Amino acid sequence: MKIDPIHQFNIEPLFTLGHIGNHTIAFTNSSLYMLVAVAIISLLMLASGSQLVPGRLQSVAEISYEFVASTIRSTAGAEGMKFFPLIFSLFMFICVSNLVGIIPYTFTVSSHLIVTAGLALLVFFTVLIYGIAKNGLKFFKIFVPHGVPGYVLPLVMFIEVLSFFLRPVSHSIRLFANMLAGHIALKVFAGFVAMLGFSLGAIGWVGGVLPLALTIALYALEILVAFLQAYVFAILTCIYLNDAIHPGH
Amino acid sequence: MAESHGGAKGPAAGAHTEADGGHHSGGFPPFESSTYASQLVSLAIFFVLLYVIVSKLALPKVGGAIEARQNKIEGDLTEAQRLKDQSEAALKAYESELASARSRAQAIGNESRDKANAQADAERKALEEQLAAKLAEAEKTIASTRTTAMSNVRGIAADAAGQIVQQLTGIIPDATSVNAAVDASLKG
Repeated sequence: MKIDPIHQFNIEPLFTLGHIGNHTIAFTNSSLYMLVAVAIISLLMLASGSQLVPGRLQSVAEISYEFVASTIRSTAGAEGMKFFPLIFSLFMFICVSNLVGIIPYTFTVSSHLIVTAGLALLVFFTVLIYGIAKNGLKFFKIFVPHGVPGYVLPLVMFIEVLSFFLRPVSHSIRLFANMLAGHIALKVFAGFVAMLGFSLGAIGWVGGVLPLALTIALYALEILVAFLQAYVFAILTCIYLNDAIHPGH
Repeated sequence: MAESHGGAKGPAAGAHTEADGGHHSGGFPPFESSTYASQLVSLAIFFVLLYVIVSKLALPKVGGAIEARQNKIEGDLTEAQRLKDQSEAALKAYESELASARSRAQAIGNESRDKANAQADAERKALEEQLAAKLAEAEKTIASTRTTAMSNVRGIAADAAGQIVQQLTGIIPDATSVNAAVDASLKG
């Protein structure tokens, strides 16, 4: 029995949609799980009823709503509510696809750098375009912190500009690396159980209890990470948007 | 690695290898640039779809439900406050009504007691006057009786004195002098 912890990340085209240049655009397993995430979110938000006294599903929908809304209000202020649909979509999309991806034999959309980079660049350009459109040249004040002595200002500005442009990199790699590493670790430990059993027989199956326990513990951790990374992505989006809304701070 | 995929996945993996243009030799899937275009296109399609659903349908619906609940709770609280105020006002009215009724009852009690007292006084006074009148009449009767009795006594005394004098002296005394003597002795 051969264990391949990378196999789960393979992109497999299900059918071809068309061509752009010499690229083949295919509907892949990744596309399928994006569709699944969108479907689950739509079902949760739209099919949960709107009773005066909410049921379970409606409570989940309302808790998600309140959670994202309060996150935006506390980090970007009331003006940040303009971006509520965007941040809610980002948070729910990442959270649901992460949670779906943790189910065995499924695919994790956010374990691909190109997807997280796409989302991070969406946030980056939203911040940049909205910031300049709303504040004009004042937007660039975010690169000039208050109370910095003149002689170090060029250095500080250089670091600020650099960190601004590195934001999408850290923003996307954080999510991608967390999901990738978590899934590889899970696969390695789970595979270890089977490997011990198949190669050592009865002793191996008994000995496999230890990696199994670790797998279970890691699985619990991964559920937390799946939610937490979605939250981190959303709250960083709020913080970046706050720069665009209030560049003076 | 590529061989094991091919064995496990069959036609799908085969198609994949074709799409990759054949450089799938142990590559790390997230860094296989040939899949980027497909993934970006599907991400764009599904994220835009999600954004439209969220902003046009989901958030207005859930936000509306939350707001409706908030309004309902606030309305109910206002209504409860209104009813409470109303009941407090009713209680206050009842208490003031009770107090005024009590004071009125007291006033009526006082009045009737005063009236009864006054009537009793008047009756007593009338009775006393009546009694006094009767007493005075009785005294008058007594006095007149006494005067009559006294005048009778005088006549009797004068007669007796005349007879005594006649018996003693054998002379019938002059009536005038007898009367004068009797008056003098009565006065004395």
